[in-house]
Amino acid sequence: MMKGHDVKHYPGLGPLAVFFFIYLYAPLAVIIAYSFNANRVAGVWTGFSTHWYASALNNRALMNALETSLTVAAVATVVSTLIALSAALAIIRGKNVRYRKLCETIVNLPLLLPEIVLAVATLILFSLVNVQNGMLRLVIAHSAFCTPFAFLPIRARLQGMSLDLEEASADLYADRWTTFRRVTLPLIFPGVFSGAMLAFLISMDDFITSNMLSTGGSTTLPVYIFSLIRAGTSPELNAIATLLILASLILATVALLVAARGTRENAEP
Amino acid sequence: MIQPHSTGAQKAIEVKSVSKSFGTYQALKSVSFDIGSNEFFTMLGPSGCGKTTLLRMLAGFESPDTGSILLTGQEVVAIPPHRRRVNTVFQSYALFPHMTLEQNVAYGLENLGWEKGRIRTRVGEMLERVHMAPMAKRRPAQLSGGQRQRVALARALAPEPEVLLLDEPLSALDLKLRQAMRDELRTLQRDTGITFVFVTHDQEEALDMSDRIAVLGGGEVQQIGTPTEIYEEPVNRFVADFVGETNFLDVEVVETAPGQATVRTPFGVALTVPATGTASRGRATLSVRPEKINLGDQAQGTVFEGRIINKNYMGGYTHYTLDVAGTELRASRRNASREGDAIPLGATVPVGFVAGSARVLAA
Repeated sequence: MMKGHDVKHYPGLGPLAVFFFIYLYAPLAVIIAYSFNANRVAGVWTGFSTHWYASALNNRALMNALETSLTVAAVATVVSTLIALSAALAIIRGKNVRYRKLCETIVNLPLLLPEIVLAVATLILFSLVNVQNGMLRLVIAHSAFCTPFAFLPIRARLQGMSLDLEEASADLYADRWTTFRRVTLPLIFPGVFSGAMLAFLISMDDFITSNMLSTGGSTTLPVYIFSLIRAGTSPELNAIATLLILASLILATVALLVAARGTRENAEP
Repeated sequence: MIQPHSTGAQKAIEVKSVSKSFGTYQALKSVSFDIGSNEFFTMLGPSGCGKTTLLRMLAGFESPDTGSILLTGQEVVAIPPHRRRVNTVFQSYALFPHMTLEQNVAYGLENLGWEKGRIRTRVGEMLERVHMAPMAKRRPAQLSGGQRQRVALARALAPEPEVLLLDEPLSALDLKLRQAMRDELRTLQRDTGITFVFVTHDQEEALDMSDRIAVLGGGEVQQIGTPTEIYEEPVNRFVADFVGETNFLDVEVVETAPGQATVRTPFGVALTVPATGTASRGRATLSVRPEKINLGDQAQGTVFEGRIINKNYMGGYTHYTLDVAGTELRASRRNASREGDAIPLGATVPVGFVAGSARVLAA
């Protein structure tokens, strides 16, 4: 590290960073604090209580929504990661691939299109081909828009991996499948894991598409939370939000640890 | 099916009229040569001469546009890399970073379907052979360049290939280590009896290690021969220039006979020297190595006079630049004693060379 270019040397950086973090996290801090408020009216603190957590966890509708979200996210993660992995392998490693750049852009296109347009289009398509099952609709739509998010980290990892290693594997009598299983996949695993993680979070977080496609029996968590807000804020909401923050933090930590381990152990000499 | 082991064919590799283009660039122009079994064969040439492309074809990573390649008598152009009894030591070593050294060396054997006990024995043996046994459980990232190099060798030799391909394996090492590895490679080749095909742009490495050298240039084989033949009897200007240092003189061939020619040098002296084939009368190029030119009291053969216009003291040698009647000549003199460096700058001294040590070149 060059000392002369250390960011700490810029004046006013400290206060700016503090202000930034307050700006970013103050709303979250308020929600977490009030989730432990005994009073029903938000903004009036009357004492510490975990009552709203118990109430939230006993809310059948809420638990159903959570289950729907987790199921959809799990299936969408697996499907989109598999699609993204195949696409990355074909586009980056395939021989004689024409229009490489075009293929990549097509995979990434959903990132650029407004989600509301995609959502409406998906809804119309499902009506046309008569897909009625809400769960199936959600899984298909989520798998589709999660794919570019899974694709980006996998592509980056694959591009960073030297072709020599795969050639060395072939040179040492490994067929293509063995090479993939024993060399390529272990080495790009951190990228695959990040991709799957991103896909999962994007799916869990999605509101616009899910709201459009939800039916009675298949309401996702964000859609349910939105309906709660329309009925007026509830302290239960604070408790749910806090639990979600906690879950995200745990996921992010695990993801970081896996990525760090991958980088350390697989550092190419 | 992996290729069966050879049954003692005389030729390990036969390259027949192989051509290859990348876009409009012609990397190889109808190249043909044979490599004998148990040979240490070097493909030497500057970057872009096609040597790496040829090596990759032998491994199976590239295929020729036209022509054929035989490994121990069998046509292999259509056979993928994992079915060829050929292993490669990559320039980057290409050790698997997520595996221990042991696992790296075992990898090829596992794919060949060796049983576990036999793999363990062989891996131990190979790591022992390259002095890496104490580090068997380490990963490549924990090794130095020289150590990685040795593991890469062990990994490639473990499956007992018919041919070992080495792609500039010494280029990433520092000077001292490179010298030691040269000796180690040569010993390994003699002990194992495996055919080594070595690619390098370093003429010293090629001269030092090889049984035979193929000098490649511009996608063509310029000359194939033993290190001595390549150095002492270059067939053309390219080979004489690329391998070692030399003086080129524009001469006129005045008389010819098979294998020799009488030439008039720019400084007026006539010499009878060996030539490639039968030289034709007229203008030609004469190549004389600097160490074949004798100075001062050591001058023998045809003797003329020259003035020292530059000298470089190199320790073991001193390089002199001479002006001989307007023509520049470079000579080097071994400093067997301190007297070797004794000729002062500006001195006019007798210059001589034995006619047999110069050579008239085809082009």
